Amino acid sequence: MTQLSPTPSHTVGPFYGYALPFPGGGDLAPAGHPDTITVHGRVHDGEGAPRPGRPGRAVAGGPGRLAVRRARIDAAPTRGTGDSPGATASTSTFSAASPPTPTAHWSARTLRPGAPAAPYISVCVHARGLLHHLYTRLYFPENARLNAADPLLAALDPARRETLVATAEPQPGTYRFDIRLQGEGETVFLEFR
Amino acid sequence: MALTQADIDRELTDSRAAYDKARADGAPAADHPARDFAPYRSSLLRHPKQPLVAVQGDPETVELHTPVFGHTDITDVDNDLTIQHQGEPLGERITVSGRLLDSGGRPVRGQLIELWQANAAGRYAHLRDQHPAPLDPNFTGVGRTLTGDDGSYSFTTIKPGAYPWRNHENAWRPAHLHFSLFGTAFTQRLITQMYFPGDPLFVYDPILQSVTDESARQRLVATYDHALSQPEWSLGYRWDIVLDGPSATWIEEGR
Repeated sequence: MTQLSPTPSHTVGPFYGYALPFPGGGDLAPAGHPDTITVHGRVHDGEGAPRPGRPGRAVAGGPGRLAVRRARIDAAPTRGTGDSPGATASTSTFSAASPPTPTAHWSARTLRPGAPAAPYISVCVHARGLLHHLYTRLYFPENARLNAADPLLAALDPARRETLVATAEPQPGTYRFDIRLQGEGETVFLEFR
Repeated sequence: MALTQADIDRELTDSRAAYDKARADGAPAADHPARDFAPYRSSLLRHPKQPLVAVQGDPETVELHTPVFGHTDITDVDNDLTIQHQGEPLGERITVSGRLLDSGGRPVRGQLIELWQANAAGRYAHLRDQHPAPLDPNFTGVGRTLTGDDGSYSFTTIKPGAYPWRNHENAWRPAHLHFSLFGTAFTQRLITQMYFPGDPLFVYDPILQSVTDESARQRLVATYDHALSQPEWSLGYRWDIVLDGPSATWIEEGR
């Protein structure tokens, strides 16, 4: 069989914000669907601690990290949806692009991925400064038993495992998932073989 | 003290030497850039320091799906960036055509390709691009298309200009088009840049040079194809795009 070498990746750069996001790109579930969830968060880069000789330098995005002001998030729920595993191909795969907000916040409203195995959303991160996108997964905190049986989560050091589990927010069906590209609490990123 | 091009050149020479030595010692060819590539300064704080965790190719867990776009998402003229305004944009009119393929050489059909770029003066129609070059009221620089049954695509646009950036003193990006691509699996996602042949800025650019393998770098450079040029109208470039994978696992799943 022919085996072609892939075209190399490059960074998305800083100026995609007027090009890639679709109107409604983060609004993925059909309108009025009864079982939608909202996932949202920020992307942070590495150490943002004040540099020597520059005391008091303001750091966006919380202590020790700089929020990435623009990050494109592609996401796809896997393992079927809550209502119909057969419906995945047409209704529950999507690309959610964070609009280019100065606060680096992204969000998407989608269908809840279904059991039987631990459900998750596949996430792909693009940013200026990132030469090759990164894959990760968003698992849900209420599925402790299923998550414990998940081969990927089970193989991780417990402290790192937590980086793949979203936090439930007070509002039902809302989850926070922050992504840390580098440093303390660095998100687990994946490669596929 | 500001970093100079000479500083960057030294780092690029060192990275090429390290890659050549690794290859001589038996390392496989690197198709993609390392995420930690110091000459591109923005990569320093934006690459993970922990190794990636391998997900084995289990059909139950691989990221089989991909975003699905359809003909309702785009219109027939979204692939012509020169007719989006009342007047014609300034610049050298070009067509860029090629095929989107998987690593087995099979066409990737009916998938979305997105393109964005600077105008002929090297300025993006983006609020934060402050390069003191003129905006073109007749050019936005955004296009979309769906691939045909043979994986083919074609855009009509204008050749973008080179532009300065702040990686180091006197840093200039060679002219390029940004491309966003989807395959049949989520793991085939690709965002990259296409360059024009013979650009003297190639050797100075830490982003292109982040691809340390010479033949891989060449795969980012389009070919001028005179047969694609249209008389009295446009110059033609050919650029085929090859996505990673998909792995054998899900080919067997009945694609």
